Amino acid sequence: MTQALEGFLQALSAGLLIGAVYGLMCVGLGLIFGVMRVINFAQGDFMMLGMYAAFYFFTALGVQATFGNTFGPFVAIVLAGPVLAAFGYVVHLALISRVSGTRTSSLEGEGHYAQLILTLGIALILQNGGLLVFGSVLASIRTPLSSSAWELGPMLGDISVFINKARGIDAVVSLVTMMLLTLLITRSRIGKSLRAAADNPTAATYMGIDVDRAHRIAFALGTGITAISGGLLATNYPFHLFVGVEYVIVMYAGVVLGGMGSIIGAFWGGMTIGLVQQMSTLILPTQLQNAAIFVVFLLIVFFRPQGFFGRMVERT
Amino acid sequence: MMRGWRSLLPIIVFTALYAAVSLSVTNSYYQLVMTLVPVWAIFGLSWNLLSGYTGLISFGHAAFFGVGAYAVALGQIYFDLSPWVMIPIAAVLGGLAGLLIGFPTFRLQGHYFALAMLAYPLAILYVFEWLGLQEVTLPIKRDNPIAYMQFSDHRLYTLLALALMLATILLTRAIERSRFGMALLAIKQNEAAAEAAGINTLAWKLRAITLSGAIAGAVGGFYAVVLLVVTPQSVFGMLVSAQALTVAMFGGVGTVWGPVIGSVILIPLAETLNAEAGSRFPGIQGVIYGLAIICVVLLAPEGLFWKVRDVLRKRSAPPVAAPGASDLSIATAVAAAPIPLRPKRTQGTGDVVLEVRNLSRSFGGLKAVQDVSFKLRRNEILGIIGPNGAGKTTLFNLLNGFLRPGTGEILLDGRDMSGRKPHELCEAGIGRTFQIMRPFLRMSISDNVAVGAYVRAKTDAKARQLATEAIARVGLSDIADRIAGELTTKELRLMELARALAGQPRILLLDETLAGLGHDEANEVVAVIQRLARDGMTIAIIEHTMQAMVRLVDSFLVLDHGAVIVEGEPEAVTRDSRVIEAYLGKKWMAHVPN
Repeated sequence: MTQALEGFLQALSAGLLIGAVYGLMCVGLGLIFGVMRVINFAQGDFMMLGMYAAFYFFTALGVQATFGNTFGPFVAIVLAGPVLAAFGYVVHLALISRVSGTRTSSLEGEGHYAQLILTLGIALILQNGGLLVFGSVLASIRTPLSSSAWELGPMLGDISVFINKARGIDAVVSLVTMMLLTLLITRSRIGKSLRAAADNPTAATYMGIDVDRAHRIAFALGTGITAISGGLLATNYPFHLFVGVEYVIVMYAGVVLGGMGSIIGAFWGGMTIGLVQQMSTLILPTQLQNAAIFVVFLLIVFFRPQGFFGRMVERT
Repeated sequence: MMRGWRSLLPIIVFTALYAAVSLSVTNSYYQLVMTLVPVWAIFGLSWNLLSGYTGLISFGHAAFFGVGAYAVALGQIYFDLSPWVMIPIAAVLGGLAGLLIGFPTFRLQGHYFALAMLAYPLAILYVFEWLGLQEVTLPIKRDNPIAYMQFSDHRLYTLLALALMLATILLTRAIERSRFGMALLAIKQNEAAAEAAGINTLAWKLRAITLSGAIAGAVGGFYAVVLLVVTPQSVFGMLVSAQALTVAMFGGVGTVWGPVIGSVILIPLAETLNAEAGSRFPGIQGVIYGLAIICVVLLAPEGLFWKVRDVLRKRSAPPVAAPGASDLSIATAVAAAPIPLRPKRTQGTGDVVLEVRNLSRSFGGLKAVQDVSFKLRRNEILGIIGPNGAGKTTLFNLLNGFLRPGTGEILLDGRDMSGRKPHELCEAGIGRTFQIMRPFLRMSISDNVAVGAYVRAKTDAKARQLATEAIARVGLSDIADRIAGELTTKELRLMELARALAGQPRILLLDETLAGLGHDEANEVVAVIQRLARDGMTIAIIEHTMQAMVRLVDSFLVLDHGAVIVEGEPEAVTRDSRVIEAYLGKKWMAHVPN
């Protein structure tokens, strides 16, 4: 009995911690999707790039020497955010903007076909081009904290829960980033233009908002945020070039779960996915963890396609 | 028939040439590449059948492909069944998977559909890994290899794949030209309009995904035979779904040539690069592949086929076809039929065709339609008027099934039809046009109208005949081959009218048919409606142009805030103080005579 409870609490805490990182990851995609309505297949690969960026910041660009082994990785991870944001900005400017935003009216299916295949193409280039640049060995951004834990308890008799220190810090970094983003979106002028562009692009254009620019900012922000979440994941999981494919479904599941278009919803969606994944280990074999995510995803899509926080807009 | 055969020629020539080239290849690696081209082309065709024609993008075609591949591999391992038997079974399983997945998933639209489809193969992938099927190898049969589709000469696989491809192409073309294909195209361009034109959209989509799944299952099974090894990643992985989507989109969406062109260019390109430069530049294949599709998307967003066709058309098109001719013919047709005032009809005669009793519908707190009752008699023209937001279009949406009534009854010939789907109501005899026009923009007028005719036609020929008649009734015969996207507002309005007429409705619901038309154009359309009425059609029409309405209708139904405020003959209604108040507001009441 106590053992079962201990297992449950352990899975719960792991789910909450990993959920916080998944949440941030989903917010990155949610921002892009919510503002631009573009299905970005390459988001997982942007995350992969974020992981490598953090890796090189840490090992090759002096972060390790300056900040040390223990906290250096976290500095590197945060530094990767702006770099990938700049990358996202350029990708949008050069490619995505040609098939999205105000240019979609002339394209079939509002440009969805074109967006899909374009981002698919970007994903292919990043994954395979990565082979040339990064090689095909597993990399990781480990800190001594990755293999040590805080012990909560013993409590209620002799139950104790272990919290991985690296994951704990990951969750804190994730929450802080999330709060900063929320402030940016709710308080700043840029945030206002993003929300206006998301809500009604036509009306926003009439109000003098440069919708394409708002999209570009959203794309850059979304890319940077997902990159940070990728780096955070990498403190506990080794990664490779094709890691993006594994996470892109988690991202979409989280975004749909939270309600497409809702930023805070995307965070809770990602959190839920993290919890489902970790809790499913209690009853399912490890290989089926991800299958459980998909099943939950499908159930949500069927029974509440508007998500937890979304609204249903129906027109005849 | 001759035309059909002649257009088959390019396909047959292509297949024959391809077969000849493949027979001359001796390098076994390139023989494999030659086999993979038709394999991925077939998979692309299968994707195209669902997503290209209906516009519902599937990221999950690997689900069907993988089911087929594993069925063939496991069938041979555990039951010693030959692929000759198992590939047809794989097709059945793929089709079943399509039906099972389609039934719940078609409730979703747009992005949600695409994302849900993405999840299926990936969920199955993990289940297969968990089942311990990480790597399944087809046993080599030394005794009787041919019976197990194991050829020592690999070129035979290419020929077999080509035969499958040819069959798939012919099937796709047959579908494209039948009511099946028309229904799918109509769904892609405007699902609501298709449903209102009598197309059971869910049924056609289910047929499409079942067939598509069956083709994908069969080709997946064949792929397993060619490669001899099946792994979850290689048949359920996201790259497999992406492959279908890529070859089809690269080559051209919604045409049988698209996936074939895409596959013929991309597969050899990628494989050759991999073989030539793969060791020095790992991943070069994927990079070039990615670059190629990005270039195509930016330069030819709908695929190579359409781009090339557009370029060729522009080059061969005559300067500008004389546009005056068609307008003239309509004008003369209309002139030939003078506009008489509608003869006075005694109220309350004729059978009641449509009876609405206490119909209500609200959206949240807004009562869009409340307690509306009226009767429509045979050959009557009922004008429905009221200020903006009065609930007129909502009333039509209730009548044709776009919306389910909250309460109340809709009796068609005494049968309660409330809550039926739009295509059922269309079949029962309710045709409609839309305030915001919903043409199938990429189809010709005659195809647009034929979509509406299928509800009454058993055969394609009959549908064509009904469409031709309907087009003649609205006076568009001379321009029947023009694409809807090139038409003027008036022509589109008339085309929508013809589309509704082609289904031989008993009642026609016209929603602001004159909106956006100039005075003379409006008169032409009014003349067409008058002729319909003269020929015995029963019509309910929503309109703002009072002058036109007074000449047209037998009686008025005036709505305000969702409720009927007045009902009666035109003369009485236009003088009614409540109507004037509803339209102009209280302060104008002082100006009303008497």
